[in-house]
Order: sequence, then C-alpha cells, then structure tokens
Amino acid sequence: MNIFVILKRTFDTEEKISVSNNKISEDSAEFIINPYDEYAIEEAITLKDAHGGTVTVVTVGDEDSEKELRTALAMGADQAVLISNEDLDSQDQFTTSSVLAAYFKDKEYDIILGGNVAIDNGTGQVGPRLAELLDIPHVTTITKIEINGTTVNIERDVEGDLEKIETSLPLLVTAQQGLNEPRYPSLPGIMKAKKKPLETLELDDLDIDEDDVEAKTKTVEIYLPPKKEAGKILSGDTADQVKELVSLLRNEAKVI
Amino acid sequence: MAKKVLVLAESRDGALRNVSFEAIAAAKEISGGGEVFAVLCGDSVHSLANELVHYGADRVLVAENEKLANYTTDGYYQALKQIIDEETPEAIVFGHTSLGKDLSPRLAARLESGLISDVTGLEQAGENTVFTRPVYSGKAFEKKLINDGLIFVTIRPNNIAPLEKDESRSGEVKSVSVEIKDLRTIVKEVVRKTSTGVDLSEAKIIVAGGRGVKSEDGFKPLQELADVLGAAVGASRGACDADYCDYSLQIGQTGKVVTPDLYIACGISGAIQHLAGMSNSKVIVAINKDPEASIFSVADYGIVGDLFEVVPLLTEEFKKVLV
Repeated sequence: MNIFVILKRTFDTEEKISVSNNKISEDSAEFIINPYDEYAIEEAITLKDAHGGTVTVVTVGDEDSEKELRTALAMGADQAVLISNEDLDSQDQFTTSSVLAAYFKDKEYDIILGGNVAIDNGTGQVGPRLAELLDIPHVTTITKIEINGTTVNIERDVEGDLEKIETSLPLLVTAQQGLNEPRYPSLPGIMKAKKKPLETLELDDLDIDEDDVEAKTKTVEIYLPPKKEAGKILSGDTADQVKELVSLLRNEAKVI
Repeated sequence: MAKKVLVLAESRDGALRNVSFEAIAAAKEISGGGEVFAVLCGDSVHSLANELVHYGADRVLVAENEKLANYTTDGYYQALKQIIDEETPEAIVFGHTSLGKDLSPRLAARLESGLISDVTGLEQAGENTVFTRPVYSGKAFEKKLINDGLIFVTIRPNNIAPLEKDESRSGEVKSVSVEIKDLRTIVKEVVRKTSTGVDLSEAKIIVAGGRGVKSEDGFKPLQELADVLGAAVGASRGACDADYCDYSLQIGQTGKVVTPDLYIACGISGAIQHLAGMSNSKVIVAINKDPEASIFSVADYGIVGDLFEVVPLLTEEFKKVLV
C-alpha cells in the first residue's frame, strides 16, 4: 500500500507567542511536528505494519523542516520529501494545497493522512483542499480506521458525537485526537532515520509557476490579545466566597 | 459595493443552530446593503426556513433531498456547488462548525478561492472587509482579507452577535431541486456521546475540570453544576490524558478552542496549551487549591479552595438564585 502523510512543522504548544514587525517572532522558539500530524504518522506506520507498503512523509516548508521530517523517519516512516517554499513570496492554504497537488499528480497513492488542523494557523484547510484537487474523497477528524481491500471503515468525531463512515480507497483522511498514541522515536530508529532517503524539491521540479500558486488571502496585521487585568481572588470562609461569586457573576459580570 | 452573500444554515435535532443566525449577521455586514440569502439543506427542513428570515435573511433556498438527510461531504458539496453556480454569490459565509470545517475547504478548492477560517470579528476598511481570526489558538490574532474574487469565510460560534429576531420580517422561501449523484462516503451510524446536548463550541457556559478532579467520578459534581447552569462540560489535557474523561471534551491548543460567556475552571492549573484554548472566554472563574496556579492569572474571579467543597456549594447557591 502506498501511504503518504502530509505534515507541518509548528511551534511547540508550550511556546509563548511574541510579535515583532507585524510578524510572529520565531526567535529561540522550539518547533515540533504539528501534534495532529503526529497521529497521522503513527496511523500510517500502523497501517503499513498491517497491510505492508511504504510510508512517505511530505512537507512544504523551509530547510529547517528537515528536522521534523527526520523525526517522522525515526518514528518509522520510510522516506521523506521536503518541498521548499523559500521561493514563495506569499503563501496561504490555497498555495500549500496547490503545491502538494502538483507533487501528488504523478504519484500512486492509496491513502493520504494528515492532521485535522495545524496548531499555528488553525484553518484545517489543506487536507480537504488537496483531496478536492486530487478528486478523491476525504474524511476529517477520524478517530479509528480499518481497511479491508479497498473498503474503508472509519469512525470520526463530530463535535463530540461519533459518526461511522464507509468509504473506499484512494482516500484522504485527517486525524483527530484519540486516533492513537503516537510513539516516541527509539534510539535505533533515530540512527536508522539518518540513512533514510530525504528528497528536497524546488517548485521548478514540480513545474510550478509561483504566480499560479500566489496566496489568495493577505494578512494585514498580527497582534497579541490585550493582557487581562488581574482578577479578584475572593476571601472569607468558603460558603461566603461562593455566595459572593454567584452575586458577582449575576450583578457585576452579568453572565448568569 | 453591495454584494450578494450566501449563508449556509445548519440545523441540529430539528432546530437551527445559533451560529447560522450569527452567520447571517456577518453576511449582512459583508453585503454592504446587498442581498443575503440562506441555503438550508436536509430531507425535511422546510419548516425552519422562516426563522432564517426573522434573523435577517432576505431570501431562503431550501434544498431537500433524501441524500441530504445526514451530512456527507459529497452530498452537501454537490448541492452547494449547483446553487453557487446558479446564484453566483460574491461572498459565502459558513459556520466554523464540524460541517463547515469539512466542507468549506473543499468548495474553496473547487472555486479556486481564498478562504478565511474561524473568523471572530469583521470590519469594513474602505472597499474591503477585514476579518479577525485567532492564530496559535488565540495566543495571537490576525487581520486578514481576501485579495480579490470570491469572499469565503467561516465564522466561529459565539463571537459575532446575531441580529435581533423580528417575526414581522418576511422574505421569499423557495424550494430548489438539487441532483445528488454518487456519495463516496456513506454515514452508517451516528452514535450520540454528548450527554446534555450542549455542544462545547457553542456553549454559553462551560464547566471544565483538570487533574484536580482526580477520577472519572470526580467529574460528577461538575456535571451537576453544568446541569443547573445549562452548561457544557469540558476538560484539560491533563484530565483527558489521565483517562478521567473522553478526549472529545479536551479544551486547549490541542483540543477545542472555546470562547463562552462564562468559563468555570475547576482543578485546572492552567498550562499554556490549555490557556490558549480558553483565555478569550468573556468571564473566567478559577477554582483551585493552589493559589500560585497560573489559571488565576487569566481569571476574573478566583476561589482558592478544594473543588470538591466549592463546586457542590456553588451548585446549591445557583439552584437557589436561579429558581
């Protein structure tokens, strides 16, 4: 089975965000594989163990993304592809999905997995957009997947409820929390990953004209939310605090 | 310039969702005095159409088809594509709901358009509509616009105020027939897991528990408080990782990002990744034994104490005043 994972390098969830020159500052930030993409990698490896085949991880990013691709290889992916975005002046989800579609155009794929959302921009667009460009079905926010031949049974999270879906390959799915427990790369895994193939592609290699994938949206401002003023810590015995809280919520905050 | 704007209305359990009314309000603003029309899909939803007019839609198109009874990407995609081709709207507004998140990128790809997801506010800047949306789960915000062509946005529930309901408003309600061909994904079954029926992303009040609830049973007092308030129950990653509750309840940078009117954090220390998911709530109450817990730094009101003592008292007190 030809299994692909699309992944993104993102800020660590524990990072604080600062803004300088109308941009998110990346100084000294720790980066990780987008946590939802980690579920996708784990599931891809599990599918490979069950059905055989190859797991290829693909990202659109700068050269630093090689670190996250190596981590995916250390987890157990077989090969990695880094599509460089360094020639792009402007990039949004239209851009990324168009670039990925150009990459997949001449590939044979049975299933493409990704995270249901990236924790940085948080749009969740790239997966479904790519599926449309490749004219294959997609299922988002999956929590379970079973493949029998070309029939695929999926459970997905729909705002807390569970939906059971039947579909078929080829297919694109996006992972929701609860799909699995991603493994940590083992030491032998890390050693092996250094020798696994990692291909770097430029837009020219995919016959992409930058103008054709230019972003459709523009960010005009980035800012931090206003800092909250210190709140009121209540005092007195617990019963009185509770009474005061209820009164404050009703009369001062007016939310009840 | 006046624009024609399409709003996709959503219903759940036979009632329209609030986010659809909010979407109409957003669409009105984008339209700049143009026309706002709502699209309602399903197998028997016609009776809901007038309410969309009461909330400000100028016109409603009802696409009824047995293949639209359950949401499927392909079914809704085909219905919307036909309506968009016929009506050629200049802007489209969806809710940033499970459905909206699944469908909007696919349609945007087909329409070769930009898409601004998870919008929490909008304003006019000259000829442009500028949209505000959170990035890094609300650790920062960005203002965005669509360069040219179709304006396509999804709006986050609970952030844009709906227009006042006015039952004297009237507007055309028209059935449209849509042709639904093969569905490549079939819904076999929907298993309801949300007990109270109050969805986290749309809840006005959320009672959330962290590691401090100590066990699955520890969520019971929280549920009781939530029941009294008509609230939804949520959780921190700590509580989910410890198996006290289902991952579908998780609030944070991984998990759901919520902005209710009132967020009551019980036994939650306030890791950065959790704060990202809830700190833009309008009013935050923190209940924690540890006075140094970072949750207090974002709280409007704090009680330092044991949640197992405080929460039941709070439930009783609310019962008294809410009768």
